[in-house]
Amino acid sequence: MRLQTSMPVSVRISIVFLIVVVACMAFPGLIAPGALDQNIALGAVPALSPGHFLGTDKLGRDVLQLLVAGARSAMIGPVVIASGSIVIGILLGSLAGWYGGICDWIISRYADIMLSMPTLLLAIVAAGIIGGGYWVSVLVMVILYSPFDVRIVRAAVISQKNKPYIESALLLRLKTLRILAKHIFPNIALIIFVNFFLNIAYGLVSMSSLSYLGLGVAPGAADWGRQLSDGRQVLFDNAASALSAGIAIVLTAIAVNLVGNWLTERNTLEW
Amino acid sequence: MKTKLLYLVRRLAEFVVSLVALALVIFSLIFIAPGDPARVLVGTKNATPELLAQIREKYGLDDPFFVQFGRWVWGALHGNFGTSIQSGQPVTEYVAPHAQVTFELVLFSLVLSIIFGLLFGVVSAKGRGKPRDGVISAVALVGTSAPSFAIGLVFLYIFALRLGLFPIYGVGNGTWTDTLWHLALPAICLTFAVTALIIKVTRASLLVEVEKDYSTFLRARAVAPFAITAAQIRNASAPIFTSTGLVLANLFGGTILVESVFSIPGLGNLLANAVTFHDVPVIQFIALMLASMICLASAVVDIAVAFINPLSRGHRNRFPSKAAARTGEGMAL
Repeated sequence: MRLQTSMPVSVRISIVFLIVVVACMAFPGLIAPGALDQNIALGAVPALSPGHFLGTDKLGRDVLQLLVAGARSAMIGPVVIASGSIVIGILLGSLAGWYGGICDWIISRYADIMLSMPTLLLAIVAAGIIGGGYWVSVLVMVILYSPFDVRIVRAAVISQKNKPYIESALLLRLKTLRILAKHIFPNIALIIFVNFFLNIAYGLVSMSSLSYLGLGVAPGAADWGRQLSDGRQVLFDNAASALSAGIAIVLTAIAVNLVGNWLTERNTLEW
Repeated sequence: MKTKLLYLVRRLAEFVVSLVALALVIFSLIFIAPGDPARVLVGTKNATPELLAQIREKYGLDDPFFVQFGRWVWGALHGNFGTSIQSGQPVTEYVAPHAQVTFELVLFSLVLSIIFGLLFGVVSAKGRGKPRDGVISAVALVGTSAPSFAIGLVFLYIFALRLGLFPIYGVGNGTWTDTLWHLALPAICLTFAVTALIIKVTRASLLVEVEKDYSTFLRARAVAPFAITAAQIRNASAPIFTSTGLVLANLFGGTILVESVFSIPGLGNLLANAVTFHDVPVIQFIALMLASMICLASAVVDIAVAFINPLSRGHRNRFPSKAAARTGEGMAL
């Protein structure tokens, strides 16, 4: 109940917007069945043409439908990136936080070095040299994003480690894995979830940047970053093609950030 | 003085370590790629067995990995980064003419970010809780969450195409006023994406200074508000300066995409182009160059801050660049 009474308007709007995006992501075939139907003879017509609210791109595809269909490839990657990096984060973070010592030292130095690497630059370079498209970029991002999660989980585990309830669990000679999973994890789950959420926003920006540069998704696929870069060529004929994709990315990123920031604030208030 | 020197040595050592790690990652990518490294180095050319054997011979691909890495680093230290696959020129010769415009763009954006970051940070802190504080935070949020290329395209459409205030692409005819005019819109986009950090840090650290006794005392003595603010900014300068360094690092990363949006023939555009054509030596060189700039920026700032403010030494994050960029606020502490 408290959750609803204290929710600001901006967060509510963001949540509604994100639900729309998720719906587009889940059922693109239902909402936009003709997204990839080409009509090359038609070419790029401007927005508000009959039958095409946002006009068409240079292959004569309906921009509004493409936008809906593009949500999937724009969002799935970031969700996978956030999930993958949080899994690595939980594993390495609890190892470092729980055991400390040499184990902590090695993992922390590894995280330090990874954190000093410029993420986007390395992702571009890796995708460029290795090739291999979308999932390779996702994998590279998982590796580059995980050190944040490692640090956060490590700090959270350390903050819990010396509390009395852990002492009593140790006294009961519970297995380490059980203490970590059943006692510590529920107490740090919210921090982890917030970080997961914010990672989606960062992942969205990084992945769409890659597909904007023509790395990641295949040419012709429905994807916001791709649509933006293709749309640049028909900026004079139908600006809506590139602009709508750009605005979709911007709005989604802002919405995720707003919700994430709100969760963080709520989180710190409660602690 | 001795602790300062010690810190200097340690921070420089960290700089070298991260640089070596970066070089190792960038170099090892051709071996991580599936299939024959020789084929990766051929690029988009037709891979005949003779050509592959020739490349194998030229790069010594049959040697152990670290021998090859050592040779690559040795060559790099002597300014030899191989030959561009696309143009056949030595990589350094091919890339050098494009570096200037990138540095100009980054410098331009850095100046803009410092001006606007300080200005809005101070305005925001002085009007805490007022509408102007909220507006500035909202704009800063858009800047941090939105990718620079999407903002760039929206700006390009509104200010260059619709309103005709700025040129649409390129760097102009070479006179410096014309270059400035051409770089203005890209620089504004880059600034928009990175300034939020300076605003946040300036706001947070000013709010801390406002609470301190000396601020109350200055107010009680009816010192001019401008002079009080100046004193507070001076005292808050260390975190603000650190954030400027992070901004510089972010600018070197962000320039890749913004250059591509505005068709500016700089390093970023060249990198995007080399990626499309699988021109591996060029990719490696530009990546190494941008990455060293990023590492250098954060090292120089760390050292400078340590010399300004001894308290910061050893108490901060070892590699603050990205961690701080993310937590913005926390950095001021």
